[in-house]
Amino acid sequence: MAEVTFNDIIKPENLAYRKSALMTDNVMHYCPGCGHGTAHQVLAEVLEEENLQERTVGITPVGCSVLMYNYIDVDFQEAAHGRAPALATAVKRLMPDKFVFTYQGDGDLAAIGTAETIHTCNRGENILIIFINNGIYGMTGGQMAPTTLPGMKSSTSPYGRDVSMMGSPIKMADIVALLPGTCYVTRQSVNTAGGVRKFKKALKKAVQYQNEKRGTCFIEVVSNCPSGWKMTPVESNKWMEENMFPFYPLGDIKVPAE
Amino acid sequence: MAKIKGAVVVDREKCKGCEVCVVTCPTQTLALATEVNSKGYHFSYAANPETCIGCSNCAVVCPDGVITVYKVKIG
Repeated sequence: MAEVTFNDIIKPENLAYRKSALMTDNVMHYCPGCGHGTAHQVLAEVLEEENLQERTVGITPVGCSVLMYNYIDVDFQEAAHGRAPALATAVKRLMPDKFVFTYQGDGDLAAIGTAETIHTCNRGENILIIFINNGIYGMTGGQMAPTTLPGMKSSTSPYGRDVSMMGSPIKMADIVALLPGTCYVTRQSVNTAGGVRKFKKALKKAVQYQNEKRGTCFIEVVSNCPSGWKMTPVESNKWMEENMFPFYPLGDIKVPAE
Repeated sequence: MAKIKGAVVVDREKCKGCEVCVVTCPTQTLALATEVNSKGYHFSYAANPETCIGCSNCAVVCPDGVITVYKVKIG
């Protein structure tokens, strides 16, 4: 049999994976290796596969992902710092047929927006909250966040987080799972191919539950911040697996009864 | 037995050289180039294209979506 050359394989009918058509051609401003990019790709894939482009409203936060609307080709609304769940509540109540999601970092969701997050989940608003947890304030220069691990160094805790003075890290997913309004709470990661595929499944479940009006879905993504942690992307993924995953264990925290 | 053969195409100009795809590849197909693209990043490329099995793991974890994967069944 004749040898198959590279050019024989590269044909549209042999396509195995391409980036989602909902991703724009803009080059993302994220640092090399940042988990935000991967999370955006997966989200765009799910919106494309579920045919949601025309009826999605995303709420962007303040933080690194503030410019998310440049990268995914769906409708977006920018919220004030931490207020994305409140804005999402308004959008969903006024336009109940829309698919509404917020995409927030840990500084946005777990620090300034704690009240909005908890009360939105407590009311059981029919929205999806995607929470990117990298344990640091990435955009402003790697300051300590509420989710920073004990002993973890940041630019405002150069000797490591001192729990006696600064308190312990807050596990937002576990907190909102206790509230009766939440329907689906899970913690995922995007550093490996397996993790990405699990995150995609979780997003698809969240879309299904929102269509069935089951309540708030909350997906936490434990992510990395190579620049803030001052590591290479590969080192930061390894550090995350060794230090973040034991404290923020992956998996479903609350699943609705079928 | 049917054999799967894959091929990866990397958008060199958009690649930021984070190396996540290189460590994810199960067959060591990808590597970072010694030369750089116009932004100064050591972009990823298929160093051993004949070993690619088209599993798409590299493209799935790529934060910048610069990798396209093709695969074909032989025999």
